[in-house]
Amino acid sequence: MSASTSGEIEPARLNQESLRVQGAREQWMLLSLAAPAVVAVVAVIVIPVGWLFYLSFIGSDGQPTLEHYQKMIEYKSYARVFVTTFEVSILTTLLCILIGYPLAYFLAMLPPRLAGFFMLAVLLPFWTSLLVRTYAWLVLLQKNGILNDFAISVGLWENPIKLVHNMTGTLIGMAHIMLPFLVLPLYGSMRKIERDMMHAAANLGASPAQTFWKVFFPLSLSGMVAGSLIVFVLCLGFYVTPAVLGGGRVVMVATQITAILENQFDWGAASALGVVLLVATLVILVVVTRLFKLDAALFGKH
Amino acid sequence: MLLLVIPTFIVIPMSFSDSQYLEFPPEVWSLRWYTVYLESSKWMRATVTSVQVGILTMLVATPLGTMAAYALFVSGHRAARAIFAFLITPMIVPVILIAIGAFYAFGRVGLNNTITGLVLAHTVLAAPLVMIVITAALRTYDLNQERVARSLGATRVKAFFVITLPQIKFSIVTCALLSFLTSFDEVIIAIFVSGGSNATLTKHMFAALRDFIDPTIAAISTIMILVSTTLLLATQFIGKREKQD
Amino acid sequence: MYALDSVDLEVRSGEFLTLLGPSGSGKTTLLMAIAGFNRPDAGSIRFGETEMILTPPHKREVGMVFQSYALFPHMTVAENVSFPLRLRGVGAEECASRVATALETVQLSNLGDRGIDQLSGGQRQRVALARAFVFRPRILLMDEPLSALDKKLRERMQIELKHLHEQLGVTTVYVTHDQREALTMSDRIAVINDGKLAQVDTPHAIYNHPASSFVADFIGESSMLPLICESSGRLSFENHLVATDFKAEAGSEWSLVIRPERLTVVRDEAVDPDQTIVFSGVVREFVYQGETAFALMSISDKYDLSFRFGTDASSAHNEMQPGDRVSLGLNRRDVIIIPRGADL
Repeated sequence: MSASTSGEIEPARLNQESLRVQGAREQWMLLSLAAPAVVAVVAVIVIPVGWLFYLSFIGSDGQPTLEHYQKMIEYKSYARVFVTTFEVSILTTLLCILIGYPLAYFLAMLPPRLAGFFMLAVLLPFWTSLLVRTYAWLVLLQKNGILNDFAISVGLWENPIKLVHNMTGTLIGMAHIMLPFLVLPLYGSMRKIERDMMHAAANLGASPAQTFWKVFFPLSLSGMVAGSLIVFVLCLGFYVTPAVLGGGRVVMVATQITAILENQFDWGAASALGVVLLVATLVILVVVTRLFKLDAALFGKH
Repeated sequence: MLLLVIPTFIVIPMSFSDSQYLEFPPEVWSLRWYTVYLESSKWMRATVTSVQVGILTMLVATPLGTMAAYALFVSGHRAARAIFAFLITPMIVPVILIAIGAFYAFGRVGLNNTITGLVLAHTVLAAPLVMIVITAALRTYDLNQERVARSLGATRVKAFFVITLPQIKFSIVTCALLSFLTSFDEVIIAIFVSGGSNATLTKHMFAALRDFIDPTIAAISTIMILVSTTLLLATQFIGKREKQD
Repeated sequence: MYALDSVDLEVRSGEFLTLLGPSGSGKTTLLMAIAGFNRPDAGSIRFGETEMILTPPHKREVGMVFQSYALFPHMTVAENVSFPLRLRGVGAEECASRVATALETVQLSNLGDRGIDQLSGGQRQRVALARAFVFRPRILLMDEPLSALDKKLRERMQIELKHLHEQLGVTTVYVTHDQREALTMSDRIAVINDGKLAQVDTPHAIYNHPASSFVADFIGESSMLPLICESSGRLSFENHLVATDFKAEAGSEWSLVIRPERLTVVRDEAVDPDQTIVFSGVVREFVYQGETAFALMSISDKYDLSFRFGTDASSAHNEMQPGDRVSLGLNRRDVIIIPRGADL
């Protein structure tokens, strides 16, 4: 058996063309396995969204125009929608962090087997239908719902508080629904923090509070930022929960888009709003990801 | 901790209440609302639609996503990473936008209010999930096994089906269940794209929630919780069984 | 930057050839190319007279053992070993008997029905081996198969693999970064560094006649001293005449490679300069290492010699101390000369 070269062709080029062709063919055959998925995404995302993008520049008379975007800057109703959307998104994210961080911490400190069990409790609502969870809050927060009944009976307040069909109810519901999106990445990054690092810090003289703030917290930051980003971006485009729990008083971008379509059937206006939402989402994603170097975490490098 | 779980489960006891109004705890226990649900042709048709779409989505998205995930993972081509990112975009684009986009585009080609259209849209939503799960599974898997199999005489295809597939079957089952749930629970796209006799359960429920509070929803919700819980526990159970093997 | 650069290698039928080199040297890349898992940019890989470079891996008839063994966990031992036979359509009866024979050869008889997870590391290694040769491949390839085993087991397996090779007679290409392993097992060693072949020769030749400072350094221990060629044929280090008949021209640069175990302590008066070169110096360090001891001796301002000797009771040097003045002798037949600056 020999692996030596022949004398006629220059060794550095022997079989070069055939090898290249074979290699290319193999790559194409592999990548073509992903083709059906690509076609589906193009058909359902790229083409429709592209179409909408185009529509946003067409006025009611069928001519190209910027009027839809202009309206967004001029009309106060639009401004209110944007403000509300950002308000709800920011507040929900903060609420989630407030509740979610301690929760994730608690889970991360548990031995793995127990943590897995409790994680089920986090995942269960996550996999329950969005509608069901929203409905549950609707019921809970009613005037004569459990929360009010309970609070009155315990003496927290005297008259039933309006907890639903307003901003409060929306926030509570959204926070509950978004919580797993924060807890999961946060838990992941917390778990990765080696106990040894905390022991080392204590060994070097840090108090428990210092160990937490100087060692643990910064290391958990990447998970927290990733989770908050997901929550925030999801809130921006959310429809179902604000629509139900907000009772028409909490108008966010998604609700506005639907309203425009239902009432005026103005595709131009609705598309423009949708485009703005998409651009805002992308910008925020890209900026925060670059800022906090989350690229690897979000896209999972090989 | 419990706070996370309890709100959802409130619905269950409520569904057994006899009253017309939402009340907790129920004063009179009965199966009234379950009967209403089972006897209503509207709800039953919607249930059938949702289950149909769910199963079809599961059957389409799982192989689609698995093939894509495998191909991109194994290929060393520079394009692979870009294609992967491209296929994840359905998770980034706000669902409301996908919904109205699909509504518009499907309207043009007559796919609105059809099972096909809905399955297509749901598949695109579920496929990224499948890809993420399968990619994670492939990372912990020793790909050298496929190489060995090939050196021993198996073609690439055979090596995948005989060696790799059996070892990631737990992940594939999880993906199937996740795809089903994603489709079954999906609201926004269903609101726009499904309709008429092909309206989904979620579409009707949403309408009911917005307009009037029908306790039948409590009954349906309970059933949906049961479905989700069962499927989720099933994935955990299969997972434990696999690890013991 | 190439993983492999102009590699031109011939493996003889039935020989045990080791590809030896540091991590990242390209030895695994070369092995994978032979197996068909790497596609070189250009070149030729022939098995006998047949060009194989365009042949897919599953048609090359090579048996392979990976570092991780890559056993199929969802199959039993017997199913793993019979896998290549089943792929080739071998009937159940013949399959069973060939699997039994293979398992016997690796001393794992009666373990056919076990699951992979019930085996120890050494046992898994043997299953991987059995699976690789049961279908009588024309070439056996092994990628650092023993690196996951502990030292004692590894050394035992090295000898067993050598016996196995003698028994099967199959051409074997073996990859390792452990030079001792290479020296133990191989018929020939191909030393690779940075994607290029440094030297291909028998273990004896490689150890005693390294072609470059890299090979001299990588295989065994060595001290190196620079040699000057003042006039044609004469090489010397400082005031020591090292060679008189060497094919060297005036001005060319060479190095003297000295293996630590070839030096002996001498008394200046008792030495014949025609047979022995003597280096005198001061002991800087002395380290006792069990079966041998190791000393570092400085023989001039700039140069040290490492010196290794046995520690048996009759050894005169067990009392050596740092600071002692010692003379070391090197037999002229143990002189190794390599071109200086030939780093490869």
